[in-house]
Amino acid sequence: MNDLTSLAPLLVAVPLASAALLLLLGRAADRWGHWLGVLASTAAFVVGAVLLTDLLGRPADDRVLDVHLFDWISAGHFDLSAGLRVDPLSLTFVLLVTFVGTLIHVYSVAYMAHDAARRRFFAYLNLFIAAMLVLVLADSYLLLFVGWEGVGLASYLLIGFWNHHTPYAVAAKKAFVANRVGDIGLLVALMLMFATFGAVDFDSVAAGVGGASQGTLTAIGLMLLLAACGKSAQFPLQSWLGDAMAGPTPVSALIHAATMVTAGVYLIVRSAPVFEGAPTAQLVVTIIGAITLLIGAIIGCAKDDIKKALAASTMSQIGYMVLAAGLGPVGYAFAIFHLVTHGFFKAGMFLGAGSVMHGMDDQTDMRRFGGLRKYMVITWVTFGAGWLAILGVPPFSGFWSKDKIIESAFVVPEVGGEWRAWLFGAVALVGAGITAFYMSRMFFMTFHGRQRWAQTSDGHDQHPHESPALMTIPMVLLAVGSVGLGFVLQLGGGFTTWLEPVTGHVEHHEPVLPVLVIQVATLVAVALGLALAWRQYLSLPVPEAAPAGTVLTRAARVDLYQDAVNDAVLVEPGRHLTRSLVYGDRTAVDGAFTGLGRLTVGIGELVRKVQTGYARQYAATMLLGLVVLAVVVLAPRI
Amino acid sequence: MTLTHYLVLSAILFSLGAATVLLRRNAIIVFMGVELMLNATNLALVTFARLHGDLTGQVMAFFVMVVAAAEVVVGLAIIVSIFRTRKSASVDDINLLKS
Amino acid sequence: MTPSTAEAVLFWVLAPIMVLAAGGLLFARKAVHAALCVITVMISLAFLYVAQEAPFLGVVQVVVYTGAVMMLFLFVLMLVGVDASDSLVETLRGQRWIGWVAALGLGVVLVGVVGRTVYPDAVGLGDANGATNPVGVARIIFGQHVFALEVVGALLVTAALGALVLTHRQRLKPVVRQRERAAARVKAGARLTPLPAPGVYARHNAMDVPALDPDGNPIEESVPRVLRIRGQEAGTDAFHADTYRRAVTAVLAQRGVTATDAEVDAALGTTEDDPRPPAAPPGTTAGPTTDITLGEGSTGTETQP
Repeated sequence: MNDLTSLAPLLVAVPLASAALLLLLGRAADRWGHWLGVLASTAAFVVGAVLLTDLLGRPADDRVLDVHLFDWISAGHFDLSAGLRVDPLSLTFVLLVTFVGTLIHVYSVAYMAHDAARRRFFAYLNLFIAAMLVLVLADSYLLLFVGWEGVGLASYLLIGFWNHHTPYAVAAKKAFVANRVGDIGLLVALMLMFATFGAVDFDSVAAGVGGASQGTLTAIGLMLLLAACGKSAQFPLQSWLGDAMAGPTPVSALIHAATMVTAGVYLIVRSAPVFEGAPTAQLVVTIIGAITLLIGAIIGCAKDDIKKALAASTMSQIGYMVLAAGLGPVGYAFAIFHLVTHGFFKAGMFLGAGSVMHGMDDQTDMRRFGGLRKYMVITWVTFGAGWLAILGVPPFSGFWSKDKIIESAFVVPEVGGEWRAWLFGAVALVGAGITAFYMSRMFFMTFHGRQRWAQTSDGHDQHPHESPALMTIPMVLLAVGSVGLGFVLQLGGGFTTWLEPVTGHVEHHEPVLPVLVIQVATLVAVALGLALAWRQYLSLPVPEAAPAGTVLTRAARVDLYQDAVNDAVLVEPGRHLTRSLVYGDRTAVDGAFTGLGRLTVGIGELVRKVQTGYARQYAATMLLGLVVLAVVVLAPRI
Repeated sequence: MTLTHYLVLSAILFSLGAATVLLRRNAIIVFMGVELMLNATNLALVTFARLHGDLTGQVMAFFVMVVAAAEVVVGLAIIVSIFRTRKSASVDDINLLKS
Repeated sequence: MTPSTAEAVLFWVLAPIMVLAAGGLLFARKAVHAALCVITVMISLAFLYVAQEAPFLGVVQVVVYTGAVMMLFLFVLMLVGVDASDSLVETLRGQRWIGWVAALGLGVVLVGVVGRTVYPDAVGLGDANGATNPVGVARIIFGQHVFALEVVGALLVTAALGALVLTHRQRLKPVVRQRERAAARVKAGARLTPLPAPGVYARHNAMDVPALDPDGNPIEESVPRVLRIRGQEAGTDAFHADTYRRAVTAVLAQRGVTATDAEVDAALGTTEDDPRPPAAPPGTTAGPTTDITLGEGSTGTETQP
């Protein structure tokens, strides 16, 4: 450990201290608290950048650094120290989180300017940054779990930031509960690891994989996948993400688009050794990714709420990442690559959506937007950059990452048949087409076409306006990233090489189709989606009220009945189970105890009758007892 | 005639005293029953003293008498005190031990 | 050593008496009878003690038990009421049955044990009583049991104090003495002097005959209240003495005047029609049957303690 890596703890400590300060100082920090939050986030980014230069200056095989913090748990043969692992993977996340986080902090200064509780908001944001950095820097699953719970808490607090509004509070609760389900998975995985390997740090687990049975590894893998599903809103735990849009838009951008929801992908990539040993779990990961990819895309086509459409898109894109992560070493690097580019363009689009809402009196219904291009030029340009990036139009960022994932999906895996390549490749390809459709729909409905503005909530006409510089500058920076980051990172395979210390070096595999064919097919699918959206939402007028739509549309509008299914499959049986448990508890358990009490009381009542208070009866009892005793003692001697 | 006869007499008197305690309601008579039981015991003690040729038995009987005298004083005082407040000497009226 | 024939005779005479007396305690309806039965048992026991070479205990038995304890019982019986007879009807359900079973069981067990025990040969107290029985007993009491004796002495003192405390009555009202009673009488306007004694001494001095006042009228208060309440008061008719008239006549005669009845009446200022004051028929004198109230301070009526 040299001098520079000793800076790593600061990554966590600075935002955490800032959050604590902001929360503890109370109103005293109201005037300058948000700048403290920005400063803390920036400081973390600077530390991350310093570490990056340090890491880049090292040979590729010396880029995994462990920073020992303190001995955490020492129980018998189980010793666990809390430590930070600075390696290319975690550093990538650190930079993404702190850079995007800092931009969003700056953005929030303006976005939340009129909110009385802005200081608290920044405290929570800093708390999130700290927790997220713990999550990605942890060198053991247990410490990762701490960060995992920390980001869950921050997410809960921020979704419910306006908790005086009941649906928002309910949304926060829903997100929390859905996350708990995933957390159970992580906990069980932790227990399985402890039982199997006797350790929960990454190195020991990776070392112990070889000696563990495939069944155990599959179980651990599936449990980790469950955790990832909860955190990353993957099928079947995806329903909370749409509701999570109740939080302030910067929160949606930071937590529910760029960083926290991708923690599941990080977890899967980080647990690569486990999944390598459990092909079944890996296949399930791929399938889950594919399903979510499609579900998210379909839902995204039907949503009229701009934030919910973006949320569905996030779900779908993370589905791509999970799909890639499930493909094994061939996909790990591209999953992370897409994660980074997605972090930029999706955060940028969310901020753009926030900017639109800012100018449109917090309206989110895209059917009441339209023609905003003239009024919000910067927003239009930056959003457009993100739009092109997510479509995968070359040479925007998304092209370089998403195209690679589609190519990887077409690669025949080492284990398993050729059908997998065709199936997952086709799903990814179709997903790209649908993505193009719904993102174009969103873009056209918002910025182009007829002005369909509704009146503001207080009855005035809408006066859309561009957002202040504090908001546009982060958008511009993110847009720059959306445009060029992908190209820069892929130069000479730079990013995959950078990640190699973690994901391992992979020989290039040829897809079932030539790469060129895949690229052309992808572009054709994208063009088709784009053209469809063009015809539907630019050539034809967009109705202000949502049309009835097909069965699929109606289903997609309600998240493909996810909530109904959850209610029917999980909530209702759960309620019945709880009720019957409560009933059983009351009758059997409580009954046993109250019965015991009643029995005692009953015996007491019986015994009470003996206590007549008549001295003669007591005397008679004594004498009888004496006689009986004498007889019992003397009888054997007769 | 042997000394055993004294002991049998003592046992009979003791049982009669016990029966008095159990069956009579007048507190004073109950008390007399107790005295009778004590006297029966004394007779047994004296008889055993003679049987073993040891005067300690008689000394024990003497102590029993003294303690009985003290007991009678206190017991009768209690009876008088109760009679004054309740106008009754029946032991059945004093059932305050009942809950 | 075996008991002598004389002792056997004594035993066989006394034992049935004692058992019968004990039975009397169990069955006597009146507490006084029960007490007498117990006294019988105790005196008999004293005899048996003496017969059993325990003359000291025999004397103590008489002095302590019959002399002190049983007298105390009788005193208390007097306080509680000699009449208080005890109903033999059992009120507690099952108590009689249980009592008999327990007592009989006890008797059977005790007699069985006593009877079946094998005793060593009786030693007798001839040696122990060498220097007379009281001396032998005293050596033991003041020798090895002196501490117990002290404790028992303390117990007796404590018991005496306890009896005092238990029977002590808190004074709730101020004391009413003679002065207060006299003041109350004056205040009430009642009779101040002692009540006249009943009876007409010259003719009849029974308690049920009221005294006569100088006019020859009966004084109801002179008859004891109890008799008046019971209506056992005698009439004054037969014993009416026209004392005053005869006195006047005698004075007149002394002066040499032989007065007729009418003249006497005139001198006396009494009417001719009925020279004698009205006599009350038996049982109708209506004097006050209750005493005057002496106010709040009195503990009771005048005639009651």
